[in-house]
Amino acid sequence: MEQVIQFLGLHIEMIYILALSIFLGIEVISHVPAILHTPLMSGANAIHGVVIIGAIIVMGEAAPDNYLALFLGFIAVVMGTLNVVGGFVVTDRMLKMFQNKNKKN
Amino acid sequence: MGVNILHFSYLIASITFILGLKMLSHPKTAQRGNLIAAIGMFIGIVATIFLYEKDGNHLGNYTWIFSGMAVGTIVGTLMAKKVKMTAMPQMVSFFNGMGGACAAIISIVEYNRLANAGISFDANTMKLEVLTILLGLIIGSVSFAGSIIAYLKLEGKLGDKSLPGAQIINLVLLAGLLVLIGWLISLGHANMAYIAILIVFALLYGILFVLPIGGADMPVVISLLNSFTGMAAVFGGFLYNNQAMLTGGIFVGSAGTILTILMCKAMNRSLTNVIIGSFGGNKAGDAREVSGTIKEISLNDAAVLSYYAQKVIIVPGYGLAVAQAQHTCHEFEKTLEANGVIVKYAIHPVAGRMPGHMNVLLAEADVAYDKLLEMETANEEFATTDLVLVIGANDVVNPAAKNDPASPIYGMPILEVELAKNIIILKRGMAKGYAGIENELFYSDKTRMLFGDAKVSLQNLLSEVKSL
Repeated sequence: MEQVIQFLGLHIEMIYILALSIFLGIEVISHVPAILHTPLMSGANAIHGVVIIGAIIVMGEAAPDNYLALFLGFIAVVMGTLNVVGGFVVTDRMLKMFQNKNKKN
Repeated sequence: MGVNILHFSYLIASITFILGLKMLSHPKTAQRGNLIAAIGMFIGIVATIFLYEKDGNHLGNYTWIFSGMAVGTIVGTLMAKKVKMTAMPQMVSFFNGMGGACAAIISIVEYNRLANAGISFDANTMKLEVLTILLGLIIGSVSFAGSIIAYLKLEGKLGDKSLPGAQIINLVLLAGLLVLIGWLISLGHANMAYIAILIVFALLYGILFVLPIGGADMPVVISLLNSFTGMAAVFGGFLYNNQAMLTGGIFVGSAGTILTILMCKAMNRSLTNVIIGSFGGNKAGDAREVSGTIKEISLNDAAVLSYYAQKVIIVPGYGLAVAQAQHTCHEFEKTLEANGVIVKYAIHPVAGRMPGHMNVLLAEADVAYDKLLEMETANEEFATTDLVLVIGANDVVNPAAKNDPASPIYGMPILEVELAKNIIILKRGMAKGYAGIENELFYSDKTRMLFGDAKVSLQNLLSEVKSL
């Protein structure tokens, strides 16, 4: 129990952000029309690619002779970039089709 | 100075994420929303590379970082540009798996750093840091393994497999993971061997969790795994005290969870049911047997029926997607319209392999937005419809969902096409839908079957109509 309280005290700002963000996340998408479910899922998928930041930190902090960290960090950076870039590009491709159509109408 | 700019750039990234998600929820602003979130992400990434510092030290290994990002960008762009619109669900699943793996690897390296430094875990703050690392590792690994299995299943490289006792194995794995977490934290120092066991358990859990789930429930699982990866990012955010990772992860985690629930609601299934009661794997032996005769229709009759109808509603399903028949379908629609027939599309929320899958496909083929009817509107219109063309859809039009309590899909809202005057089913063969159950609609007096590949059938139908 003491540990938990200590943790909460230490990270209270992060906990605030966490709690408020949960509500924000729910609120923001609760009225999404069914047709946008796929692009929304794909867009959200690209956004959690933000883990790439962690991969960059891991990579950048690795000692030049720590080959395990360098290798794993490199793989993580590649995968994170795949998630971010692939996610945004694929979402954009999907949405472009909706857009083209709107202009024609 | 640099650190302040870094924090400010994270704030910008967080705001663009929420703005992006908000704008993605409206058809008109969606594309801009996606772009805005991408710009925010770019700012956050560039700021991290150049401005991040710990104990006064900047990041190094720039060659590694930039070459990794170059590889990821090139491969990611190529894959995203080349993928067919029909294969969108597995693409999203694949990218999701990459994010999960990325989160897991970060945890491995961080844990390894603790091991190399020989840091003791006795302090409470250390225990919590280890817990954060382990949770990120487990969730990331589950998300990775699950997403890859989902990807392989949707690609058709892996069938539905319901292993006997899979639920028990899963529970054992879950319990094992919890025990391992407790053990690793109380251990007092890092131990890479136990971490390896933990990873194996988490990967196995991810595999076994997705393996028995049937195609119809796949969208729900992908959405769920999506929010898993979001949560894995949250633990990374805690680990590095990084607000961009924290907010980005939690927005996706919470929004993804809501999206998952919305999808479950659309199918009238509870989430537990989806996860535990492998929908597609069931043989549904106790569901009612359907008997009767199947009546086929000739191309000519089908063409006449569509040509002289006043109103035709097309119900597209996964069959349309696999056959890549969306363009032919649109051409067929235009030809009928040119002859004064009113043509509309009825879209079931979970038709295809992902919610909105059909909308994306038909949008690709330039079908006008106002021609797509949502389920409720469509159900009101079927009674005044002369002909319904069901193209490669099955479970979403199965009346058993309404009138057979023993059916595994009982309670799922369906498109009530049986209200229409005539029904033509375009179908490859008499195979059952993903739920693996019979469809009594096929045996109805109003129903005629047109067997064959959806695209070929539509092309033949099109030329037949043109020659009338």
